[in-house]
Amino acid sequence: MSHTEINKTKAMDIVRLARHTKRPTTLDYISFIIKDFIELHGDRRFSDDNAIVGGIGFLENIAVTVIGHQKGRNVKENIKRNFGMANPEGYRKALRLMEEAERFGRPIINFIDTPGAYPGIGAEERGQAEAIAYNLYKMSTFKTPIISIVTGEGGSGGALALSVADRIYMLSNSIYSVISPEGCASILWKDTRKAAAAAESLKLTAKDLFDLKIIDGIIKEPGNGAHEDHKSTAERIKSTLISAINELLLIEPSTLIDQRYQKYRKMGVFSD
Amino acid sequence: MSKLFPKCPKCKTSHFISFLKHAHYVCSKCGHLLRLDAPIRVKMICDRKSFVQFNENIKSLDPLEFPKYRDKLDKSIKETKLNEAVITGVCRIKGYSSTIGIMDPRFIMGSMGSVVGEKITRLLEYSLDNSIPSIIIILSGGARMQEGVLSLMQMVKTSAAVKRLNDNHLPLFTVLTDPTTGGVTASYAMLGNVILAEPNALIGFAGPRVIEQTIGQSLPNGFQRAEFLLEHGMIDMIVQRKELKTVLGTLLKIHSQRPYSYH
Repeated sequence: MSHTEINKTKAMDIVRLARHTKRPTTLDYISFIIKDFIELHGDRRFSDDNAIVGGIGFLENIAVTVIGHQKGRNVKENIKRNFGMANPEGYRKALRLMEEAERFGRPIINFIDTPGAYPGIGAEERGQAEAIAYNLYKMSTFKTPIISIVTGEGGSGGALALSVADRIYMLSNSIYSVISPEGCASILWKDTRKAAAAAESLKLTAKDLFDLKIIDGIIKEPGNGAHEDHKSTAERIKSTLISAINELLLIEPSTLIDQRYQKYRKMGVFSD
Repeated sequence: MSKLFPKCPKCKTSHFISFLKHAHYVCSKCGHLLRLDAPIRVKMICDRKSFVQFNENIKSLDPLEFPKYRDKLDKSIKETKLNEAVITGVCRIKGYSSTIGIMDPRFIMGSMGSVVGEKITRLLEYSLDNSIPSIIIILSGGARMQEGVLSLMQMVKTSAAVKRLNDNHLPLFTVLTDPTTGGVTASYAMLGNVILAEPNALIGFAGPRVIEQTIGQSLPNGFQRAEFLLEHGMIDMIVQRKELKTVLGTLLKIHSQRPYSYH
């Protein structure tokens, strides 16, 4: 096997792990990490989107707002959760909760795990693109610290709408991509079976994103992956969150916002 | 396509180029709006000789060494004589100053990679530094797959720049033309303080084929067209091409009046 072939197997293996049905979900992490958690519901405009969950509670002794995409473990749960693919009201619920966090001075923690924003008729009618765009716009100037953790699939715009942050971390077997490997293979080679090659080309692993200077750190999963040990994965996430929040809480809000702007301002590779 | 007698891509009627130009590239037979190269748009919208381009030499570097991307870039540069999918600069419209960005369909369908994101951000920052509004004529298939997650991050970069502009009481006007989809719709396109669209333009987040495959049924007539978005409250107005300059001029004029404390 040539060197590139070995790499191809690797990227797609990580994609499979990122999508593993036994992987901890946002609500699992919350149950391990957050004390006195109260889940909050609804966008106050249209409905409550079960593909995104959110609420308030304590991380150790710090009051926080926690939001995340929520996948199901079986068919029944996944129908309820729409496979973690949100409609506009999901992003609008998340925004509402983040605005509350800013109002009451709570740091925001976002868990990212979605195949992408839901492509449906209703989603388009109710402004899927506007909902995502408006989150990016508003999140860029929240006065409270935002930390996002990609725990599974970071699928395109649907992931981005929750992940604008002062610190971005990825679990070692998570992915973050502009398009799914299958979608990319279908556009590039008109053949979804070439997803493994596409996964390699897209540079979507935690290591790739760290090398591209998009993320701030990688949280190593225990054993063969998070699905084998939910508790220690959650503990590792918790200690990362605590040290990041303690660091970010020392920064003046105006400086924090300016640093967030500069963080994204620097992203991109080109010649000038 | 014949340069002297271009064909309408919809009804296949050939038109004499000077007649077509006079009709703002709208087919006189079926009313279809032909997609416009960015330099043609400049002449249609900006006051004569007022457009000054900036940042025209920024180029993509193929950071992921993505299959066939380098060839695609080279071919687009050669065909369009542009370095990227958007041209940006400063101009006057009906006498009012504004920055303007115009996306070009010939350059990988106006897709946004690092360069488009950077040029749009610099355009918005130029507006901020010089206290003038921004106008962006949108045409895009979305985030550019070939630059992976770097393309995705341009959505945040540009949206944050729009926020800064707005926080300083300066507006962005967007004109959505056929097609406006994906990551560009889900960032600066939908963040216009006034959003205009051309008749029948396809505007959406997900592409119609992806939606059809997901829901397993065909889509209603007129779905994701400009008229559909207007009906659903997503855009402000649909503007005929021949009226566009006048409407933009009026928007600039109205927004030029700000209380002194806002300067």
